[in-house]
Order: sequence, then structure tokens, then C-alpha cells
Amino acid sequence: MSQPFRIQSGGHIDRSKPISVSFNGKTLNGYRGDTVASMLLASGSHLAGRSFKYHRPRGILSHGSDEPNALLSVDWRPEKGKGRRDPNNRASVVEARNGLKTETQNHWPSLERDVGALNDILSPVFVAGFYYKTFMWPRSAWEKVYEPVIRRAAGLGEAPEVADPDRYANRHAYADILVVGAGPAGLSAALAASEDGSSRVLLADEGFLFGGALLNDATSTIDGKPAKAWVDEMVATLDARENVVLLPRTTVFGYYNHNHVAMVERVADHRDDALEGLARERLWQVRAGKVIIAAGSHERPLVFENNDRPGIMLAESARAFINRYAVKPGNRMVVATSGASAYRTALDAKAAGIAVTIVDIRLGEDCGTELAEAREAGIEVLTGHTVVKALGKARVTGLIVAPLGKTGGVGTRRTLECDTVAMSGGWTPSVHLFSQSRGKLVFDADIDAFLPGQSVQNEVSAGACHGIYDLSAIIADGAKAGGGSREVTASATFTGFQPVRVLPTDEDPKKVKAFVDFQNDVTAKDIKLAVREGFESIEHVKRYTTTGMATDQGKTSNMNALGLVAGLLDRPLPAIGTTTFRPPYTPVTFGALVGPSREERFEPVRKTAIDGWAEAQGAEFEPVGQWRRAHYFPRSGEDMHAAVNRECKAVRTSVGIFDASTLGKIEVVGPDAAEFMNRMYTNAWTKLKVGGCRYGLMLGENGFVMDDGVVARLAEDRFHVTTTTGGAARVFQHMEDYLQTEWPDLDVFITSITEQYAVIALQGPNAKKVLEPFVSDIDMSEDAFPHMSVREGFICGVPTRLFRVSFTGEAGFEVNVPADYAAAVWKALYEEGRKYDITPYGTETMHVLRCEMGFIIVGQETDGTATPDDVGLSGLVSKVKPDFVGKRSLSRPDILRKDRKQLVGVLAKDPKEVLDEGAMVVDDPTAPVPMPIAGHVTSSYHSSNCGRSIAMAMVKGGRDRIGETVWVTTPKGFTEAVIATSVFYQHEKESIDA
Amino acid sequence: MRRFSLASLLQESTKGHTGWERQWRAPEPKKHYDVVIVGGGGHGLATAYYLATVHGVTNVAVIEKGWIGGGNTGRNTTIIRSNYLFDESAALYNHAMNLWEGLSQELNYNIMFSQRGVLMLAHNHHDVVTFKRHVYANRLNGVDNEWLTTEECKAFCPPLDTSRNIRYPVMGGALQRKGGTARHDAVAWGYARGADARGVDIIQNCEVTGLQRNADGSVKAVETTRGTISCNKVGVVAAGHTGVVMGRFGLRMPVESVPLQALVSEPVKPVFPCVVMSNAVHAYISQSDKGELVIGAGTDQYNSYSQQGGIHVTNHTLDAICELFPQFTRMRMLRSWGGIVDVTPDRSPILSKTPIKNLFVNCGWGTGGFKATPGSGHVFAHMLATGEPHRINAPFSLDRFRTGTLIDEAAAAAVSH
Amino acid sequence: MLLLECPYCGKRAESEFHCGGEAHIARPETPAELDDQAWAEYLYYRTNPKGLHAERWQHRHGCGRWFNALRDTVSDKVVETYKMGEPRPDASNANIPDPAKVRSA
Repeated sequence: MSQPFRIQSGGHIDRSKPISVSFNGKTLNGYRGDTVASMLLASGSHLAGRSFKYHRPRGILSHGSDEPNALLSVDWRPEKGKGRRDPNNRASVVEARNGLKTETQNHWPSLERDVGALNDILSPVFVAGFYYKTFMWPRSAWEKVYEPVIRRAAGLGEAPEVADPDRYANRHAYADILVVGAGPAGLSAALAASEDGSSRVLLADEGFLFGGALLNDATSTIDGKPAKAWVDEMVATLDARENVVLLPRTTVFGYYNHNHVAMVERVADHRDDALEGLARERLWQVRAGKVIIAAGSHERPLVFENNDRPGIMLAESARAFINRYAVKPGNRMVVATSGASAYRTALDAKAAGIAVTIVDIRLGEDCGTELAEAREAGIEVLTGHTVVKALGKARVTGLIVAPLGKTGGVGTRRTLECDTVAMSGGWTPSVHLFSQSRGKLVFDADIDAFLPGQSVQNEVSAGACHGIYDLSAIIADGAKAGGGSREVTASATFTGFQPVRVLPTDEDPKKVKAFVDFQNDVTAKDIKLAVREGFESIEHVKRYTTTGMATDQGKTSNMNALGLVAGLLDRPLPAIGTTTFRPPYTPVTFGALVGPSREERFEPVRKTAIDGWAEAQGAEFEPVGQWRRAHYFPRSGEDMHAAVNRECKAVRTSVGIFDASTLGKIEVVGPDAAEFMNRMYTNAWTKLKVGGCRYGLMLGENGFVMDDGVVARLAEDRFHVTTTTGGAARVFQHMEDYLQTEWPDLDVFITSITEQYAVIALQGPNAKKVLEPFVSDIDMSEDAFPHMSVREGFICGVPTRLFRVSFTGEAGFEVNVPADYAAAVWKALYEEGRKYDITPYGTETMHVLRCEMGFIIVGQETDGTATPDDVGLSGLVSKVKPDFVGKRSLSRPDILRKDRKQLVGVLAKDPKEVLDEGAMVVDDPTAPVPMPIAGHVTSSYHSSNCGRSIAMAMVKGGRDRIGETVWVTTPKGFTEAVIATSVFYQHEKESIDA
Repeated sequence: MRRFSLASLLQESTKGHTGWERQWRAPEPKKHYDVVIVGGGGHGLATAYYLATVHGVTNVAVIEKGWIGGGNTGRNTTIIRSNYLFDESAALYNHAMNLWEGLSQELNYNIMFSQRGVLMLAHNHHDVVTFKRHVYANRLNGVDNEWLTTEECKAFCPPLDTSRNIRYPVMGGALQRKGGTARHDAVAWGYARGADARGVDIIQNCEVTGLQRNADGSVKAVETTRGTISCNKVGVVAAGHTGVVMGRFGLRMPVESVPLQALVSEPVKPVFPCVVMSNAVHAYISQSDKGELVIGAGTDQYNSYSQQGGIHVTNHTLDAICELFPQFTRMRMLRSWGGIVDVTPDRSPILSKTPIKNLFVNCGWGTGGFKATPGSGHVFAHMLATGEPHRINAPFSLDRFRTGTLIDEAAAAAVSH
Repeated sequence: MLLLECPYCGKRAESEFHCGGEAHIARPETPAELDDQAWAEYLYYRTNPKGLHAERWQHRHGCGRWFNALRDTVSDKVVETYKMGEPRPDASNANIPDPAKVRSA
């Protein structure tokens, strides 16, 4: 497509770099520096989308990130295959380059002919909240008929279909001063703030060029220089300062606690070259000493009938397209305004060769110098006029205007033919970030705007977002915010406007569709309806009508909506409230917020020193917390069941080797170590001899089992404590908390040694034979080294803490060695073990073996609601210690209840049947629902050593019910089982001490 | 009350919708009410509604410090399910589920209850056992909940990545088909309209500042920013502000208020057919009728009344979402917000008498109160009307913290091995 | 994300810290002497103020030390951090409502 509306010179585009992008399959031509919106306008078209609800044709309203209408699906790198398309991109800020593939949204079959436009005809029915009043009959139809239809009609673009191949980066930074926005205020602030040469200043702007509104300005001068030249000079000065970082294409979107500010930088999408490995976007999290908000302001649309027709845009945006992009929005323009600033648009349009008429709602005597200036330039100005309605459908073809009488009546109509309307309903300072910082907004009636009030964090607003609109004053305000001062002489700015919520009309108000929120299709009528129905707070109006809740977050619509509600209720505007702004300022890609935290970097995978060996052996792994642990070691052709059966047999008949490194390990050291242990664990520790081990049980202060593990006393003042894998960090912090905050008088230090020691378990009748050849400095004889003891010495020449303990019921050892040497020790033991057909086993076999012996696993038999007595461990609770953590809770009435669930065994009647873990135990499977539940199965396995299935369960009053028949749920029904003791495997001889 | 129907809607369409009346009045507070409900959220309004409809108690005021439904009712991710583990919780939430099912019709207000199914994903052995325990327990309690294999999870929710490539592969899930979502605001408004029509006064912008008591210590009146209102009974249903209100009445509570964040994406065409929750990686997601992906984030670690949390909480949530649904990585966060949730030590609610006679409290719903709204209101109304707990809410007393009879769903699902 | 000043290490981001709830609740010397209600109040009942809150923090991913902070739960502003064992500071100049004082008044 050629560029019939391109102005032949001027603008901040690079005419040496012509580009083209695809738009609905057609080609748009333009230059580097264009946005897709400016290219579309250059082609002569405004039609850029269909609205959310009524599917009305919509054009380009704005030139910035507040655009509500022109939302495109953009494939950023179509040449690289699927996955780089995303919906809802605002055409006005999509930086154009060769190869972009863009499409409009929310229409079928095409943008020009959209069946959904039927909704526009039905719009008298589809008013605000209509869906709350109907679609209720018959009941089933909501989910089957109405909701699917509504869902298909709603939504905007299509979600991406495949996983995103791009990567995203994340950066944390510190700034002494963060300046948000590189318009005149922001540039001036950054210059002042960085003057000392040492303060670290970040200057971020969402656009790809610095300058803000000055980019739209072809006539103003600052200290005699054209505005753009002043900008270039400022940017060059800042760029040369080493303490300044300039961040174009960087949107500050979130202002969080304690000056923690989030911003997203668009890194790659605008680049012609798609550099391999370059992140697409980068999330910046900045802790700023001070934040200077120079975020500018948003222009308000005028609310009149059919104000949404393509060709109708904001006045400042029309000026931006003319001056910055060198594009004429049309040939014949009506500037409709309630304020002064739009006159600049009219003058610039006229200068660009566009025929212009101004319609101003203000009376001539309320206007400033702008009126005379426009008239002097030969522009017809109709003051004291209202806009009754716009004509045309896919493009505005004219405006019907009429003079306003002194009493507000609408006079004789007149039609102004046009192909473009530039409208201005005044200005709304961008107080989003200030509001996010928790500052309270204050209403300033003089400029009809909410302004920053008292600060809560260390920030300051400057420029237009501070309610200052005159260019010289803006620059001075910026400098002041930056800690300096700067007086410039700039051209006078046309400021001031008359707030007008809905333009007066003599049309039947019931039939007028005048849009307040363009994207969500909310009209003035909708807001009136909401107020009529009792929705009086702006929060209610917003939620009932959806005004301000679209992807533009109401940047252009909020003040009109507020003013309208205030007018309807005849209350001052601040009494209606203002919405609290929340992050993000503009929508932010999930990927940017996620950064590199995907897959293996989602959470680190913790691996033991033996992991590589297990992987080489073909082990299957399972996740246990962040760890991955070998689950079982299948030989070729074996399934899990076969492998586990083999491993279980091997441990009981010869020897198995198991990687227990994930167990938590804590060293408790100090003169008061035993006393500390007494307080933290239910058992007594004072009498444990040096070199002895004891099974320890830990409770939370609520009396419920928190953790368990073997504890070894290495010296009078030194304990080596083990914890469950999942409990390691929790137990350590629990100890640390009590030690520091409750008993600082105890002379004890605790240290986590989980990562420092790997643990190799050798279990089975031949365990000692495998181990002995490698051990030095330890007397391995029975008498010298009995079960439940610990010795320090060497293994393979490596220092070891050798535990003689068993979690399998077999004679066994747990070899603690420094993790760096663990793989070598493991391999040595494994090689030696081959003589005895040593079998590596995984967590599943470990679970089965301990279940055969009736040993509990905290977290499996217990669930945070089990007491020591519930799991049959009351013997471990000291009766003589006056206190320990959790003791007092054990005497609460409910804990003393007789019918609490107790740990028992359950044996399915059919020995081949393995009960489901998590299954319920009931007494009477024929009882009506809700059926009384007696308990639940906590662990269940096939035990090759027992030659049958075994299971543990928590059953109400279970220990008194041994031998009774119960029923256990199965996926299909119930199966019969018998309550048993929870020790399933009986050794023929005492093998532990063998 | 003017009935809502297609007919009335069409009729109004011809008249520019000028005939609709206020959905609830804006009355001045009366001198005396039989019952004053402190808190105009979903639970408080439902309580008022059922007081009027079930118990015939209509001299009731709902006192709201801001605007009705402006707290957690309007800030949650609207997930509704009842597949809780313990008998007591299952009974409470399923009571709510039964009421949800006919609620649009009963209220004559389309609350858009959509039983799209709630799928809870298992990512490790512990999850599998825990969810199967839920499934079995629910079956015996008459609560629908079924176990899905990994393949069945994928079929039920196509955007879900069930490959082994993700950090914590999906090992199956528990599906409650009756679970789903509803339009949160409509729930508040629908109850308000229904209660108002039966004579309940909904008094907005009225903050409770204190309590007056009779000589015997019982409730005499509440003091408010709009004057003293005498009453026979008071029910406090103030969610995150329970501690504040009860503090003004001189009572300390076993609750703490923490920020809970949530967010939505930009709206897109239908892409996500159900609700998915993953406790292991902390993600909750559904798609609203409007097309936004509605995503629940976590709570911050500290007490706060600020309705604002840190960005790291949302980031972590989106990590999990993109991990489970990699096609959403290019979607955009449109809005994020925070609520103030009141959390109890066992993370189950409190619907209870208090040490002050005729003062009752309904709080502690933590992150999961929305789903219980009708059931909570229904049993709390019973309590306010009769002075005694309903069979269903009896276990949720304050006294359980003394006796140790906790209902600890979260502990039961906690990982530790 | 909060910025907290560890009394031992200085200012660090919240992600280095762990919050341990309300401060100045000492574990009873002899729990056995407490009745069930008193024990429940120690375990579970909290002030949960809207305003100044004295709370425990641990510099978990730093020095590991526990300390206390006085923070406004409305603005999240931290008035002061102080070492364990030190008394709650007087924050009357912080211009933040202290519910504890309002209530006793």
C-alpha cells in the first residue's frame, strides 16, 4: 500500500529506512520510527479493530499506551516458525520494522464485515449488567448454552497456541534516583539529579524515543531552540554522564513497598536482527533511593453520540501523528474541544495542509489567547457549541454540531463534513504510580483532576502528572524534583479546559450511544443505569458496567466516568471516590515476570553425591521436596514391582546399599547441648552415653509430631542430629528460633551439615563384611560397636562418622562421609559388595522394608495432626522431664480423647491385594452416606519378604481393635481387611545384633 | 422487588431501561434492630438473606464500613469446590455447594455459577496419596471428587503440560466436576437485593467503633460512625478486619491478617476450560467469562492491612503458571491486586459464640472463603436466629483452640518426609 | 518487597528474611501451670493490630539472627528494627496509630 497520507517532510522518522509490515495480509509501508498505527494512517485507513461487546468498527484513538481500540495480534518473527505471536498489542506503540505480521482481532469473517456487529443492533438489550438479569432458565442452560456463547463472544485476541520459544531476563538494580518518564519534566529532573556526577540515576521511558510530548511538538521553542533540538541536547548531555543510565522502551509498571519499583524493558522485538540468545524482554527490579515520577498526563475523550467512529481520535494524538510521524490523519478535520491545548493541533493540522474547523464547547470569553491565534491563522472556530453526534460508520463522515443556549439548550444543528475528528475533553495527570506508592490523591477542582497528595514513600511527582501543564513550568518543576533548579524560556503553552462529562444533546438520551470506555463498550447510558440501580460508589459502577477494566485500565475513561457519576448523584467528585491504581501500569508479559525461572531453573534440583552413579546404573528417580532421589534400580526387563521385590529380598538375605544423603543433619554443640536437646525433643538425652545413638522424636509446640530421626552423641557437648529429608530446614530453623529467642542463655551452637555429609546405608546380614575391609581406627567388634551406636574413624582413608543403625530391621550401618569423597567410598563399597551380590536399592524399597518392621515415616503416617501416642510412640515421651516443646499441648482435652486415630496394621483378606494408600477404613460399607469413617490407610505395599501385601493405617481406637474385620475403600467399592499390629516381618533370629 | 427475567429485560429495552429500580435501598440506620451484622461482604449479606428467608428475622441491619462486596468478596479468584478432607470441612463446604447449585434462581440474580470442574494436580508421591485420601473420604461423605491419571488430566485441561520436561511433572489429579467459579460481585449484589427486598437495611459507609453491653455483659448496642444502634444480637463477619472489630469490642482473636494477591491476564478467546489448582507449585488458574485468565497468587509472609504485597509473590505464581502452561508465557498481566485475609492457626474458619453473650463471630476463612459464602451465611443465620450453632458449624468454634480439636486441612496436606 | 534493616548486617531485601509473627510473646516459664485457655492464648491468640506491630524477623539467608521490627501494618513502613531482648521502642514520634494505646485509652 502506498502512503498517500504521508507528509513529505519532517517528523522523527528515518526516511532512509523504508519498511513494510503485514496488516491483515496486506502490506503497509512506512519508515523506521513509525508505529503500526502511523503506518496504517499513512495508508489512509483508520479501521483497526472491533469493539469488545458490540463489535463496532474502531479506529485509532491515541498515539500512546493508553490506546483502547487498535489492538493487534502480532507475530514478531513469523520467519522463525510458530510461537512468537501474541494478542492485544496496541498498534500505537508497536514499533514497526520489516517482517512484522499483524492482524486485527475480535471479528468474523473479516474486519470489514463482522457478523458480531449484530450485537450493535441488539445493544438496547445488551446494557450494563444485562447478564445478571437473564440467562437463568432453565438452570442447566447457563453452562450448556448461554455461557459458551458469551465466552466465545467475549475475549479479544486469541491466546498463543504453543509454548513461547523466547527467553526473558531479570535484573536487580539500585538507583539513587529513578526518573520515570523522559518528557520535559523527566529530562530536566534527570539532569539536575545527576549533576553531582556521583548519584546513580536511571531514566526510563516507555517509548522508543525520549522527549515525551515534545516529540509531538513542531513549533515550541525552549531557550530559543526548537523543542526537539532541546531534547536531543538534553539526551546527549545525560548520555555522556557516567552516573546516568538511559532506558528507552522501558515501562515502569509497578511501585511496590519501600521504593521497590518494577519495570520491563523491551529488548528484542524492535530489532531487525533477531540475535540468538538475546532476551525478548527484561524485568528490572529497582530499589530506588528516591523516585521522580514524570509520567505525563492522558487526554480525555469527549463523550457524544458515536464518538467511537474510526477517524475520531484524541487531539494531542492527531498532533503526534502529524508532527512526529509526518502523517495526516485525514484531509478534513474537525477539532472538537473543551479546552485550549487542542488549538495547537488545529494550527499544526492547518499548517500540514489539512482543512480544519474548531468546535469549542467553551464560550469565546472563556477562551485564552488560543482563540485569537486560531482565528488569525484562518481557522473557523465555533465557540459555545456542542457536538450532537458523529456521522458515518466505518469512518467518520461528519459531525453534527449545535450552539448551546445560555440555559443549556441546544440550538440549531449544523453538519460539518469531515474525515477526521480531533477531540479533547481536557487532561488527566497520570497518577498511577503515585497511587501505587500508596500516596493519597487530592482533588484539585481548578484543573478538574486528582493530584498527588501526601507521599508515603520517598518519591515526588513532576510536570504534567503533577498538574503542571505550562512548558517552562514543567521544566522548572522537573529540575526542582531532581534537587536543582532550572529557569528556561519556552513558548507559551495553551492550557486550561472546561470539564465536561457528556456533551449536551437534544437527542433522546435513551437512544444515544456515547462511549465513556471505548474498549469495554461502556456508554454514558450504562453508567446512568448503574447509578439508577443503586450502584453509587465508583468501585460499584466500575464493576457493574466494567468501565475502566479493559486492557487500557481506563486511562482515557476514568475521569469521565467519575464525573458522570458525580453529576448524576449531584455530589462533589471526590465524594464518589477514585479507583485505587494497582500494578501494572500497562499489561506486562508473564514471561518477563517469570524471567529464567523455567523448568530446571523453576526450582533447583538438589542432587546427592551418588546421583551420577545412580543415573549411570539406570535408576528411576522420584522428586522428594527439591531433591531427586533414586526410586528403584530396574534391571533390564524389570518393572518397578519386580525391581522392588528383588531389592527387598536382597537386603534381608545379603546386603543392600542405599543413598541416604538427603537426610537432614544438624550438629548441636556446646556445654548446654544436652539440655537443649532435652527441651527440643520428647526424649531424655542427659543419660545418652558418648558414642551412643537414640531415636529422637520432635513435636511442634502444638503437640503434634513434627519430625524424627536418629541422634548420635559424639561427645559430651556434641550431638549429630538427623532429620527427615523434607524436615531438614524446618527443624534447623525451629531449633534456631528457640535457641535465639527463648533460651539465649543456653550455650549452644547449631550448624546444618546436611550438604557436608553424604550418607551411605549398608543394610543386611552381609553389611559388616562389605564394610569392614575399608574401616580403620574403629573397633568393629560386636561388643565394642553395638547396634545404636556411633564411632568416628576412617573409611577408605576418609574421615567418617559411622553409625550402626537400621531403618530396615537388618543389621546395618550408615556411613557419613564428607560429600566430596562419597562417590569414591560408594564405589569402593559397591565393588567389594559384589562378592555378596550387593544390591543398590531406592526409596521404594526403603519404604517397604521399614513398613515391614512397622517403622513410621513422618509425613506419611503422620499428617500434622498426629500425637506421639497416635503413632504408638508414647514410650519416647519422657514422663519425668518437666517441660519440652509440645509437652503442654499433649494434655489438652482433645489430645486425651480415647477414640483418637491410632497406628495399626491392616491386612487385606486377599494377600495379593495391595490396598490404596489414602484409602478410607470403615466398619460398615453399607451405611448410608455420609458414611462414618474409622480411619485411613497411610502406607501400603506388596512385601516379598512377607509374601503378601501389608499396610499401615490410622484407625480410631485401633490398638484395641486388633483382629477385627474392617472394610477399605477401593477405586470401585470396598474390600475386606483385618486390623493387625503394625509389625509385619519377624526375623527368625535377632539379626540386627548378628 | 422487580423480578429479573428475559421478559422484563426486553420490556425495559424498549424504554431505555429507565424502569429498573434500585437493587437495594440506602436507608438511614434505625434506632434498634434485632440483629446487626457487621460486614457487608458476601458472607454477611448471605447471613442477612437467610435470616430473613429461613428464619423470618427481617429487622436486621448489615453495617458496612465501605461499599458492599468491596473486600475479599470482590477480590478473590472465585473458585468454588467442596472436596475437603475432614468430615467437618466437607460438610460445611458441601452445604455451600448444594446452595450454590440453585442460587441464581433462588436470588433471581444470575451469579454465573459455572461448574467447570476443579482439578487439583499432584506432582509427587505425597500429593498422590493426599489427593487419593481426599477422593476416598469425599466419596464416603457424598462429595464428588475423582482421581484422574496424567493422561486424563491432559484430556480434561488441554493447555496443561503433562510432559516429563517440567520441573515437577504431573502425576495425576483430583477432579471435582461440580466445582467451578461464580461471578463474585453478583453474589454480593444478589444477596443484597434479596435481603433488602425482605426488609433488611443495608447501611454502607458506616463503621463500627464500639460495643455497648448490658449489666449482665450481653450485647446492648453497637456504636457506629452513624450513631449508636441498639440491638439484641451482633454477628461480626468482617474477614480481614475481624481482629480490628473484635479489638474494638475488647476481644483478642486467634486470627492474623495477611495480604493475598491475585491477578488477571488480558482477555482472550476461550482457551482454558476448567479450574486448575496446584498446591505443590502454588498456582490457581481459571478463565473468566470475560476471557481473562484469573490467577491466584500466594500470601505475603507478614501481617498487613495494606491490600498490597510484593512483586516476588506474583512472580513466583507466574513461574508456576508458565511452568504448567507454557503457552501462556506470552500472555500479559493486566491487573493485580491484594486482599486482606484472616488466617486462623488451623486455617479453618471460626463460626462461633464468643465470650460476650449475644456476640457471634464468623471469620478466619483465610484464602478460601468465597466458595463457602452461601453455606457460611446459611449456618451463621441459624446461629444468630437461635443462639446456638447449626450442626454443621458446631465444630468450628473458638473453643477448639482450647481443647485442641483443630480441623487442620493444611497440615494434613503438608509435605514432610 | 520490603527493605529491612538487620541490626547486624544492615539493609537487605525482604527475600533474605523470614517473618516469625508477633514479637514479645515469651514462652511461659512453666507451661504445665497454665490452664488450657491460657495455653491456647499463648499458642494462638494474636494482637493482629491495624497500625504499629512489633514482629519477629530472622535474617535467614544472611546472618541467621533473629531480631524484632516495629512496622505499620497499614503503610508497611518499618519504624525501627531492634535486637532480640531489647524493649519495644517508643514510636510516639512516628505519627502512626498504635492500636494498643488506642484500646487502653
